[in-house]
Amino acid sequence: MNIKSSTRKVNGVTIVDLSGRITLGEGSVVLRDTVKDLVGRGSKKILLNLGDVTYIDSSGIGELVSAFTTVRNQGGELKLLNLTKKVHDLLQITKLYTVFDVRDDEAAAISSFSR
Amino acid sequence: MHPVAFSVRVAYEDPLNSLKMTGDRVSYTLDSTLESVNTAEEAAVRIASAVGFDEDETQKISMAVREGAVNAVLHGNAYDPQKKLRIAFEKKGSSLVITIADEGKGLDPEKIPDPLAPENLLKQSGRGVFLMRTFMDEVRFRSLHPGTEITLLKQVRGAAAAKERSK
Repeated sequence: MNIKSSTRKVNGVTIVDLSGRITLGEGSVVLRDTVKDLVGRGSKKILLNLGDVTYIDSSGIGELVSAFTTVRNQGGELKLLNLTKKVHDLLQITKLYTVFDVRDDEAAAISSFSR
Repeated sequence: MHPVAFSVRVAYEDPLNSLKMTGDRVSYTLDSTLESVNTAEEAAVRIASAVGFDEDETQKISMAVREGAVNAVLHGNAYDPQKKLRIAFEKKGSSLVITIADEGKGLDPEKIPDPLAPENLLKQSGRGVFLMRTFMDEVRFRSLHPGTEITLLKQVRGAAAAKERSK
C-alpha cells in the first residue's frame, strides 16, 4: 500500500523511482529521508519519477515542496517526471504545477539539468 | 427513504468493533492513529461507491475524508490515545453527508492561511482544508468544546442521481 523508492544515476542526474502512495506517515518519511540522504551525499541534480505513484495527499504534496526547497537551498535542482493524471491535477489545483519543473520524457529531463 | 445497502456491506467487511449502524447512517469511533486515517479513507471509498458516486467522485470524497481525518488525528487530537476520532457517513436525500469530529483544542477555519497565496505556496503544510473545500460541495466547521466537527457534503449527480430517482 505504501511507497517504494529506488535510485539510479544517469549522466550525473540522480533519478528516484517512486511507486505507491505518498501520504502522511511512511510515504512522506521515505521521500523525505531519500532526498535528505541524496543531498547529504552531494547530489544536486535530482529527478523524482512519480510515474508509479498512485496516490498523494496534502502531506505528500508538502513533502514534495519540502524536497524541492531543500535541494534548491543547497544550490541544486529537483524536477518531477511522469506525473499521473491524479498527481498532475493535484499540483494544478494547489498552484504548484508551475513551481515545479515537470517533465514527461526521461532523456529530455536528464539533459535539461544544467551542466 | 429506501433501505441502505451500503450499511450492510460495510458491516460485513469491517473487522473493527468501532462500527455503529442506524438506518442510513454508519459511524465509527476510532483511536487517534494513522491506521484510523486509513480506515476512514477506506470506508469513504466503499460508502461513496455504494451510494452511487462514480470512480472520480468517489476518489475526491475519499481524499476529502482522508484530509479531514488527518486534521482530526494530527492537529486536533495530536495522536493522544485518550482522545477519539468519530466519523459518520449519512445518506440524506440526494447527498452524502460526512461528519468528522475530534476532541482537540479546536480549529478556527478563518485563521487558516490561504495555501494559494504566493507567500504560502512553498509552505510544507496548510493544504488539507483547502483540498476538502475543493473536492466537496460544502464544508462546515463546528466547535464542540472540546474539539471540532467538520461536515463534508456532496450531492449525488449524473448517472448516480438518475439511478436514485428510478428507485
